[in-house]
Amino acid sequence: MHSAWWMSDMDLALFQRHTETGWEIAPHGNMRVPAVIYADEQLVRDMDHKVYEQLCNVATLPGIVKAAYAMPDAHWGYGFPIGGVAAFDPDEGGVISAGGVGFDISCGVRTLHTGLKKQDIQEHKQALADVLFYKVPAGVGSTGPIHLNETQMTEMLCHGARWAVKQGYGTEEDLTRTEENGCMRGAIPDYVSERARKRQRNEMGTLGSGNHYLEVQYITDIYDEQIANSYGLQAGDVVISIHCGSRGLGHQIGTEFLKEMAVSAASYGISLPDRELACAPINSDIGQKYLGAMRSGINCALANRQIITHLTREAFAQVLPQAELRLLYDVSHNTCKLESHELDGISRKLFIHRKGATRAYGPGHSEIPEALRATGQPVLIGGSMGTGSYILAGTKESEQQAFSSACHGAGRAMSRHKATKKWRGRALVDELASRGILIRSPSMRGVAEEAPGAYKDVSEVVDAADKAGLARKVARLEPLVVIKG
Amino acid sequence: MRGMQKPSRWEHFEHGADIGVRGYGDSLEEAFEQIGLALTAVITDLNKVECEQTVTVQCDAPDDELLLADWLNAIIYEMAIRSMLFSRFQVSIKNHVLQGTLCGEIVDIQKHNPAVEIKGATYTALQVTCKQQDNWCAQCVVDV
Repeated sequence: MHSAWWMSDMDLALFQRHTETGWEIAPHGNMRVPAVIYADEQLVRDMDHKVYEQLCNVATLPGIVKAAYAMPDAHWGYGFPIGGVAAFDPDEGGVISAGGVGFDISCGVRTLHTGLKKQDIQEHKQALADVLFYKVPAGVGSTGPIHLNETQMTEMLCHGARWAVKQGYGTEEDLTRTEENGCMRGAIPDYVSERARKRQRNEMGTLGSGNHYLEVQYITDIYDEQIANSYGLQAGDVVISIHCGSRGLGHQIGTEFLKEMAVSAASYGISLPDRELACAPINSDIGQKYLGAMRSGINCALANRQIITHLTREAFAQVLPQAELRLLYDVSHNTCKLESHELDGISRKLFIHRKGATRAYGPGHSEIPEALRATGQPVLIGGSMGTGSYILAGTKESEQQAFSSACHGAGRAMSRHKATKKWRGRALVDELASRGILIRSPSMRGVAEEAPGAYKDVSEVVDAADKAGLARKVARLEPLVVIKG
Repeated sequence: MRGMQKPSRWEHFEHGADIGVRGYGDSLEEAFEQIGLALTAVITDLNKVECEQTVTVQCDAPDDELLLADWLNAIIYEMAIRSMLFSRFQVSIKNHVLQGTLCGEIVDIQKHNPAVEIKGATYTALQVTCKQQDNWCAQCVVDV
């Protein structure tokens, strides 16, 4: 792995290394708690120095509990590093940060079984790619099949995927396999602005662009037979993964509250080491408004992935009617959630920010659907178009490590600009097709910007997460068909 | 429009997962107009975007930097809700209140081949500077 181009390498002398994958930064300056990076030596070396800086900044925020954490895929983000985790106690002046959640609220991944094996789809791949690309709106300016009026929008923002299922876009069983059972409680649509609603009007059931995708994949490797069995996964199985978020609505909520928090921070006595860390006390007017709006954004993302699931089922029904698309799980990796965590033997209610990090509850946790509870929560890790994705499982240890959190993806190794200089979209599509990977995208430049070679090797990230005990490696997936925005 | 008569004075700069936009100008207003061009160029080839419809926006913020983020976010918003791309920009600023005119056309996937959608302007590398009286620079990273 090469160091990326924009950064200065990390100086290992800044850390105390506690374990092979545990690197601590002792509190200094205004830091209230230590900061911890989970990664192997090479990954830490390759990280941007900005990750160090941003993590130290997060550790200065009021009410932060235990430590500021970075996952193995951490890179330079907006205020918080991407791959950052931080817990705040509202009773100790704890804050909530729009930048700590990100613009794409509740961006996440869901993976569906198909009941098919790789050989079952080989001769239908072209048709499947074409129908999926026709059915699932992707890319700039694409509009969804559903246009919501004000009342429907409010309902959707209150009830998330539960609303979508009620409209006929999926099943009750889908909901039990979605975090929060498909409906984030505490959403207050009144705090979602007119502009945010307007931006979402035609975007329900759309993938978006950038690194968002829908992939038909097959399982190349199983690393843990027992957990794979309980997840219903076997080598050669065909699955579908959908990666997208809360679309224009989430972006607009993020944009508006970032400014509001930046402007008002001083009035709450918060001195920001960096404007991007804009935040407000959880127990403040703005904090509560953001919480209500952000939870509505989570519901929007859950509804969006649910509708795309429905469109995917329609596409499969046309091409491979024998397929049965059942949801394995749906995880979000840009959130702030109120959770109970045990600290020094005492259970505390904390607001956990995960920016580019996945919740990874271990075996037995009550929030995990019953069928999966004995083995831990599925943790879904996206790769790039030409490389593998992974399924991991939450561990008991992860609770103590980083409030039950794990990595979320590979992260870029090359800028969009450099990628378009190095690759041509059409040539990439042809090259991937020769490897049996069919790409469908409205934009060849978009494909070039998302070239597999522009991403880091996700397997190194996943191995580090496994080694650090954040989550356990279960299965590896490779794409067969990619729908790219 | 003033924005259409000047030579282009904008550029992109690199950032981890996203991209930076930068505009230069003889005035604050011109730097803001130029960064609008840089924003559209993240998505498509500017020369392919005709000026067929105009849209007006207004922003206000307590300082130049937040005003810049607001301006970019206003363009992003209009692009999103109108499914438009803009290739000409005109800006006037008085007392931290910006009046802007955007001129462009409805996005055409075949013609514009848009690469990526922009989610929002961030506060990363957000700067508005004036080296000499007539040498303005406005920049920030946008999330794509």
